[in-house]
Amino acid sequence: MKKNVVIKINESWCKSCEICVSFCPKKVYDMGQFYPIVARPEECTGCKLCEKLCPDFAIQIIIPEETKKTK
Amino acid sequence: MDYLYYLRQDKMPHIWCDGCGHGIILKSILRCVDKLGWDKNDIALVSGIGCSSRTPGYVDFNTLHTTHGRALAFATGLKIANPKLHVIVVSGDGDATAIGGNHFIHAARRNIDITMIIYNNYIYGMTGGQVSPTTPAHKKASTAPYGNPDEPFDISRLAQAAGATYVARSTVYHVGKMDNYIGNALQKTGFSVVEILTPCPTSYGRRNKEGNGVDMMRYQKENTIGIEKAKNMSAEALAGKIVTGVFVDKEQESYLNRYNEVIKKAQSGV
Ligand SMILES: Cc1ncc(C[n+]2csc(CCOP(=O)(O)OP(=O)(O)O)c2C)c(N)n1
Ligand code: SF4
Ligand code: SF4
Ligand code: SF4
Repeated sequence: MKKNVVIKINESWCKSCEICVSFCPKKVYDMGQFYPIVARPEECTGCKLCEKLCPDFAIQIIIPEETKKTK
Repeated sequence: MDYLYYLRQDKMPHIWCDGCGHGIILKSILRCVDKLGWDKNDIALVSGIGCSSRTPGYVDFNTLHTTHGRALAFATGLKIANPKLHVIVVSGDGDATAIGGNHFIHAARRNIDITMIIYNNYIYGMTGGQVSPTTPAHKKASTAPYGNPDEPFDISRLAQAAGATYVARSTVYHVGKMDNYIGNALQKTGFSVVEILTPCPTSYGRRNKEGNGVDMMRYQKENTIGIEKAKNMSAEALAGKIVTGVFVDKEQESYLNRYNEVIKKAQSGV
């Protein structure tokens, strides 16, 4: 697990396609009634595959070390 | 990176269906532009008509939404009038190779310095699933209820034969490759084409019992073969497989050089 990764889901843009749920290599998400649920955040490696594959710009993976670097 | 910086957020959420791959391609384009550090004002994103052609509407570059199949004609004018602009055309398989097929092959032949990204979902998505020139043989479409009797175009091979200087193909599932190819194409001088295979669950997947966006992307994940490996495989072994990779990467004088020569000659009165 990468330290302090924050996973943000924008529910008003999410279309419930389940791409994130299906392709996260660490199975971090479960599907809820309408939106993905971050069920196992401790498993997240911060690889950002879900962010890249979400067609709806509804996932943001925030890795604190990275934001520090760019500032 | 901050995708939102590049979006017209008041136009979001976009109109694309759940599980449509078009948004995944748009994100890749934005990542590549971000990595190159290009200013938004130095880019012109041009499209024709179709679901894929809705892309420029969401992006905070200079954008131009033109008529069906004609994006390249408008883009050519833009590039010649203002060669400093990075001109990117986004197009669907129908837009690029049916109604716009002539513009496509001639832009490649002319080698105008434009990057064209073709969202190939094998169908006319926007208008409800009519066959396109890339619909595989025997697949169903609203205009081919008994199966498509035609053989499809291979867009990358077509671009290669017509003379493009860079041609590559990826799927939306293979985001790393997609980023690589789009990034290369953006930096290339001359006509560069990146074909991205993208699911249209609504107008193609459903009718062909290929499932939803996830199912269609899983198919991509499990059935893609690199171009080098494919060279040693028989046609039977390649049936139903997706061949991806770089088809062309060459250096060739771009149209703008030749056009400038013409201007010089004309002005010198010779
Ligand atoms: C001159 C003209 N003919 C036909 C149409 C109807 N039309 C709109 S989009 C489209 C096809 C879109 O398919 P494609 O380019 O593959 O894009 P997709 O929607 O699949 O992304 C057609 C035929 C039109 N808008 N203009
Ligand atoms: S960043 Fe990677 S590991 Fe973390 S949730 Fe997304 S896909 Fe899964
Ligand atoms: S990939 Fe994006 S749109 Fe699809 S379910 Fe996940 S968050 Fe929602
Ligand atoms: S009809 Fe097809 S191409 Fe158009 S938005 Fe829906 S899934 Fe995407």
